[in-house]
Amino acid sequence: MVGAGPAGLTCAVDVRREGHEVTIFEAFHKAGGVMVYGIPEFRLPKALVADEAGVLESMGVRFEMNYLVGRTRKLLALLKDDGYDAVFIGTGAGLPKFMDIPGENLVGVFSANEYLTRANLMKAYDRVRAATPIYPSERVAVLGGGNVAMDAARMALRLGAEEVRVLYRRTREEMPARAEEVVHAMEEGIIFDFLRSPTKVLGDDSGRVAALEVQSFELGLPDASGRRRPMAVRGSEEIIPFDTVIVAVGNESNPLISRTTPELNVDKWGHILVDEKQKTSMDLVYAGGDIVLGAATVILAMGEGRRAAQAINEVVQ
Amino acid sequence: MHSQHKVISKRRLSDEVYKMVIEAPLVARERKAGQFVIVQYDEDYAERIPLTIADADLEAGTVTLVFQTVGASTHKLATKEPGDGIVLLGPLGNPTHIEKFGWAVCVGGGIGLAPLHPIVKALKAAGNRVTVISGARTKDLLVMQEEMSAAADENILVTDDGSAGRKALVTEPLKELCTLSPSPDIVVAIGPPIMMKFCAETTRPFGVKTLASLNTIMIDGTGMCGGCRVSVGGETKFVCVDGPEFDAHQVDWAQMMTRLGAYKAIEKAHHDKCHMEMEIQEKIDAEKEGAK
Repeated sequence: MVGAGPAGLTCAVDVRREGHEVTIFEAFHKAGGVMVYGIPEFRLPKALVADEAGVLESMGVRFEMNYLVGRTRKLLALLKDDGYDAVFIGTGAGLPKFMDIPGENLVGVFSANEYLTRANLMKAYDRVRAATPIYPSERVAVLGGGNVAMDAARMALRLGAEEVRVLYRRTREEMPARAEEVVHAMEEGIIFDFLRSPTKVLGDDSGRVAALEVQSFELGLPDASGRRRPMAVRGSEEIIPFDTVIVAVGNESNPLISRTTPELNVDKWGHILVDEKQKTSMDLVYAGGDIVLGAATVILAMGEGRRAAQAINEVVQ
Repeated sequence: MHSQHKVISKRRLSDEVYKMVIEAPLVARERKAGQFVIVQYDEDYAERIPLTIADADLEAGTVTLVFQTVGASTHKLATKEPGDGIVLLGPLGNPTHIEKFGWAVCVGGGIGLAPLHPIVKALKAAGNRVTVISGARTKDLLVMQEEMSAAADENILVTDDGSAGRKALVTEPLKELCTLSPSPDIVVAIGPPIMMKFCAETTRPFGVKTLASLNTIMIDGTGMCGGCRVSVGGETKFVCVDGPEFDAHQVDWAQMMTRLGAYKAIEKAHHDKCHMEMEIQEKIDAEKEGAK
């Protein structure tokens, strides 16, 4: 199993239950994938994730931590030289997307991945003991309308920000975040600026974020996704002061495995192509979770891990 | 869970510079010149810091890291002793593109000399004539000199204070070499950002292709956080998966240095505290020695 996230852990359990030997390779120093680096403690206590990983260990699943398949060892070498009969790739979402607007490399602009990883996995909330610093924020803008945006906004508030605003260029109706997450964020005092999106990040003399130039939108006719298309309102730009901007507009796929495994077919976004049994273009290599689906959910990733395990159990006797 | 790598040996090269050999057979096998690792002194509260690989021993299954104690994390790393475990992930980043260029000039500043060493060896092995310019603030910080002189065709020493070699900045001999005919075919610069920036400015008028290895802030080092992003030729690149080496003439150095300073105030406070604690510990140790 490549990656100890929801897909890999689920697949590992089901394959192990059939009596096969299973090793999970994980790049981070903790098991759980997005459940430890992305989803905050207040939504999913890390002790629960560690317990689950402990269950796998007691079942005899081996964990090789700090092991990056593709770099520490090529994927093909696992099959050819190391004696593995099958490989499941569950490497998750990858490179964070940015807005592609001027000023995004100013100090104080973070991907939600970075902000949440600092806060969750690296425990930056513990300012005394944690060595990983978190940026001191008073006014935070979170860009995006998904679950990750909600997590980042609520985390920023807990880390001491005075005001956290979520900027989303459509309305509450179109937000991809689960309704429950939006309600929780609103209850906690997160401010939602609907129909607004930034056109540039403005910095101060020291290269730090000082403000966003924000444009208003109105909804037009439905687009290909069925959602009403946001249309910029001309001349609506205004400057709103912020010291921190967290970009939560999704991820591209991580190119590491595909770049180092040319035999693996991916689509134009870099997602690994699989059949209905989660099998990739390579024999004995399966994939599932966000590396196949793009940004999805823990539950969907677990489903894919389970389906891949069935296929692996059929092939490996 | 199998996760820690064992420290095999540690040597203090100077006041603030340590050389550590770490057991990591898979990394030693896969690593190529120009790649780096991420280390953590423990799994709970430690920061993940990228360090370039100074050397590797395939037979012994070890990698060598050379680092300077600049913040809380590097100080704590320096307290590790042989037998202790650390977290190490790698090799990361793209290897240096090595081919027969002809004449290669490799410029190393301070501990940048450590990651430069495998590149010098690889360029030499590919049939290049390799000139090294080794620079540091002072003699004590000129690391890897024996190895460098053994690997390169010539090694030009410079120090800011003249305590070893010429009293000059690395850009002085670099400029002299560029004015020769023929001029160098490629320049590789590794060191503090300001040094790499000025190397780029030195070679630019001569049109000499120049590579720089960037050491930005990173969390995962595998492409997930985007903290390491830099502008190269107007495009945003991730140092961990697109680098760490880039065309030095295309890097937006001012932006990169600003981003490196994002946590400067917090780091300085940590550094001062660590130094104080280290000095106190050293005094205690010295007194214990004295009492024996």
